[in-house]
Amino acid sequence: MTTFPVAKIRVDFPILAEKIRGKDLVYLDNAASCQKPNAVIDAISNVYRHEYANIHRGVHTLSVRATDKFEAAREKVQRFINAASSKEIIFVRGATEAVNLIAQTYGRANIKAGDEIVITAMEHHSNIVPWQMLCEQTGAVLKVAPMNTQGELIYDAFEALLNDKTKLVAVVHMSNALGTINPVKKMIDAAHAKGIPVMLDGAQAIPHMAVDVQALDCDFYVFSGHKLYGPSGIGVLYGKQALLEAMPPYQGGGDMIKTVTFEKSQYAGLPHKFEAGTPSIADVIGLGAAIDYLHDIGMEAIAAYEAELLDYATEKASQIKGLRIIGEAAEKGAILSFVLDRIHPHDIGTMLDSLGIAIRAGHHCAMPVMDFYGVPATARASFAMYNTKEEIDVLMAGITNLIEVFG
Amino acid sequence: MFEDLRDLYQEVIFDHNRNPRNFRVMDNADRKVDGFNPLCGDRLTLFLKMDGDKIVDACFQGSGCAISTASVSLMTEIIKDKTEAEADALFKLFHEMTTGKEEHINLEAVGKLAVLAGVREYPARVKCATLAWHTLDAALKNETQAISTE
Repeated sequence: MTTFPVAKIRVDFPILAEKIRGKDLVYLDNAASCQKPNAVIDAISNVYRHEYANIHRGVHTLSVRATDKFEAAREKVQRFINAASSKEIIFVRGATEAVNLIAQTYGRANIKAGDEIVITAMEHHSNIVPWQMLCEQTGAVLKVAPMNTQGELIYDAFEALLNDKTKLVAVVHMSNALGTINPVKKMIDAAHAKGIPVMLDGAQAIPHMAVDVQALDCDFYVFSGHKLYGPSGIGVLYGKQALLEAMPPYQGGGDMIKTVTFEKSQYAGLPHKFEAGTPSIADVIGLGAAIDYLHDIGMEAIAAYEAELLDYATEKASQIKGLRIIGEAAEKGAILSFVLDRIHPHDIGTMLDSLGIAIRAGHHCAMPVMDFYGVPATARASFAMYNTKEEIDVLMAGITNLIEVFG
Repeated sequence: MFEDLRDLYQEVIFDHNRNPRNFRVMDNADRKVDGFNPLCGDRLTLFLKMDGDKIVDACFQGSGCAISTASVSLMTEIIKDKTEAEADALFKLFHEMTTGKEEHINLEAVGKLAVLAGVREYPARVKCATLAWHTLDAALKNETQAISTE
């Protein structure tokens, strides 16, 4: 049995003490967004109380203070994912904006008619639609690597898609709808053997495991702060320095330039070239606080504890008659997607809500995954480091009872 | 265990969900419209048989949650033998009951549709109940394009 300090962690998250419809909150919608610890809430509040001014431009004390905090957060992100340089850390609004940035800068500059972009069958819409838009703009072709019924990538089929025309592989590290963790290291090595760069969508993976972008050797890695116990509206684009330097800017404006005249502007160096306008200063600092908080607990310890939670939930769910788990990959993160015979996921979601249990019911922004399994939607319980086996018991009792009620 | 939900999930709803009425295809339909709720994946096809401006038969196919299934099942029952104007008046009453101001609700006028009044307390589920009626509204306007709640 683990010695993971879950009771202590729960105290750090004030919202977990909320009552929902008179019941103790059981928050199992973490794949959609995680709750925030006091460390993050206080850090944001502290910025506005004591440290707030615009960054990178003032000579006054507050501006210097805010800039130092902001750039310190960048270095925290750098260390957290083991990037080689803080210049490789670009702050964006979230994983979605990061994918769009890559598509519209790297993609527009390097991908032409007839070229191919490879994704997988288990992508979130945010790693499908930006590439479809790029394909419409350029005449490039989107190729989809298939998966099997367990929800695992069919690796050989993926490798077979890589050819001279492939200009980018953009794949999800961990699926939000299925929990599948892809064999990304092997995929990156295979793509690099053919000279193809790889982008990983790490929105789901980042809160559940230690990520080392240098060990993975991925070319781009994107994630959102709000799924990492940080604020919403902030995210990270990691890119290898040489790639980022060669890319044209995304948005023009203040802070991303060295000099401006009406004839010509000279762009700033990294990372500022991609950070036009005043950023979400307090949220970046809040994300830094979330990373400090996670660092103290340790990503390996979190991964081990969540694996226990998933095993427990999977075993309990398997005992419920009429419940079918969607996504049974051997390598899987703490997500339990399921359907019940003759009971629609939205009914499951409403009924569990009346017991204080928050799950997600719907297509999880992965309609192609729903089509693959022939279901309109699934119910999804997604776990975080503050969840407990007792909460899983409450969930399973709720499911068992609602099956009875529906008859 | 689910005491709080009694207003939303009444026994009539469970009954219609288990045994939807008029759940069949109509080959010689005069009106046929698809309704789709992209948020939850509910899909239905509504078929109407008309005699002049009178709905002489109504049936549906599709899949959805208990609320949407019960709503379309009840609707096909209640609109049978109604004129287009009467059906349209019911649509407006239903819409008012599920989304309008409380003082405007006329539970008597909606008859057995009143079992769906509970959805007004669950904003996330209102569209489940109204999908059928928006599809009917399109059929009454003789539209053939699929309708979507989004």
